[in-house]
Amino acid sequence: MAAVTSLISNAAARIVAMGAVGLARFITGVRPDWRGCRPEAKQRVYFANHASHGDFVLIWTVLPEALRRATRPVAAQDYWGGNGLRGFIGRSVFNAVLIERTPSQDKPHPLEVLKAALADGCSLIFFPEGTRNTTDEALLPFKNGLYHLAVARPEAEFVPVWIDNLSRVMPKGQYLPIPLLCSVAFGPPMRLEPGESRESFLACARAALLALRPPGQPA
Amino acid sequence: MNAPPEMLWLSFGVAGVLIVATIVGKTLAWRAGECANPVIDNLNQRIFAWWVMVALMAVAFVFGKTGVVLLFGFASFAALREFLTLTPTRQGDHWALLAAFFLALPIQYALIWWEWYGLYSIFIPVYAFLILPIISVLSGDATRFLERIAFVQWALMISVFCVSHAPAILTLPIPGFEGKQLLLIAFLVIVVQGSDVLQYVFGKLLGKRKVAPNVSPSKTWEGLIGGVASATALGAALWWITPFKPWQAAAMSFVICVMGFLGGLVMSAIKRDRGVKDWGRLIEGHGGMLDRLDSVIFAAPVFFHLTRYWFTP
Repeated sequence: MAAVTSLISNAAARIVAMGAVGLARFITGVRPDWRGCRPEAKQRVYFANHASHGDFVLIWTVLPEALRRATRPVAAQDYWGGNGLRGFIGRSVFNAVLIERTPSQDKPHPLEVLKAALADGCSLIFFPEGTRNTTDEALLPFKNGLYHLAVARPEAEFVPVWIDNLSRVMPKGQYLPIPLLCSVAFGPPMRLEPGESRESFLACARAALLALRPPGQPA
Repeated sequence: MNAPPEMLWLSFGVAGVLIVATIVGKTLAWRAGECANPVIDNLNQRIFAWWVMVALMAVAFVFGKTGVVLLFGFASFAALREFLTLTPTRQGDHWALLAAFFLALPIQYALIWWEWYGLYSIFIPVYAFLILPIISVLSGDATRFLERIAFVQWALMISVFCVSHAPAILTLPIPGFEGKQLLLIAFLVIVVQGSDVLQYVFGKLLGKRKVAPNVSPSKTWEGLIGGVASATALGAALWWITPFKPWQAAAMSFVICVMGFLGGLVMSAIKRDRGVKDWGRLIEGHGGMLDRLDSVIFAAPVFFHLTRYWFTP
């Protein structure tokens, strides 16, 4: 009986995943722009700018099917981890690595959860700003998480990913999307150099991300 | 559908031109051999895209008015999204943008389908233009207000209002030409696109003096004159698919070509201002929908009204 339930749940998850990818493609006409690397089956941390709940869906959409299964978005437990539909989508459809936004003593530390996922060999989709950017600035200051991941997994490739326009398609607090075109640009992979400081690594990562912005946008 | 006999001959003609172009393109690619040549690659991409576009037009024509309205409605949707993608709107415009996509666009095409000339000719420039700023102002954001409103209004004007005048040709009651208006749409599209292609060809072969170097470095006087003259001749030679006499078909074609050229120039200036080379990446080798439609946009309403004033009762 349990086997049948999980079979049905798996099938449902795959159908929802296909639906989400199709919907994202239809609404945003999204195209991947592999500018600095190719879609390859290496362990990677895709780190991206964050302005909309749909951000990881868009990155997931433009990844080839084979890479999608090995790539897990990092998402907030309180938003994507519940028991309802969002929980099903977060856990079963996107296989998200769910982390606590407010760490507490009795729950595992977010960094430990992420390190465990990296040790399993997964690739991650990670938002180093930590929260959605609703300001007019291009990027919020990076939190330290990206650096800690690089320390934990220095052999992984850290790929900057700029998601353009999705914040206009679906601004915070709105539920009806405007069908504007979006693009997802992948920059050249970077790694933590031996002995590199936290400040230097985060500054490089930030600069690499900003370098992918389309021309003509205010700084 | 009972296709008029002219449609059959026209289809043979268009297919013939495309077959010749395909053979030429493939031969050039084969002669270039191993070393890839970007100009020839682009040429072959364009020829392939032409096949697809002609096939889509043909399918739409088979389904008559509904098919043509849906085809141009989709073209408007793609064009509107390309235009608005490049505009600096703000969060306060969310509902205005939703209204542009999900009310103004479908209503305009529904009005054309209902053949309600009195409303579709003013719906966007009067009613949509008044309602959109009202929706935006209700969000209470006055930052760059005039600029934001102007962008959305012009996006609708260019991408929806003007484009919708191509299918609107179907609604013209031309005496002695009933049931054959599809041929007039074909005439418009062939002359406009023919003019674009011929300007490109003449420009590549003879082009020296630039028309507007600050706006579009690829447009030359030689290309313009050669392209417009030959496309006017092409239009005159197609008089038999229209209700016009040969000299009238030539005059119409000339106006279509000139409007198409100037429309392309205006659209180039907008692209230049927004800092992009192409509107989008929808059609391989052609850029976006607006890159292909730019000249149709300015030619369609003028052709529609000239035909309406002089050839309908």
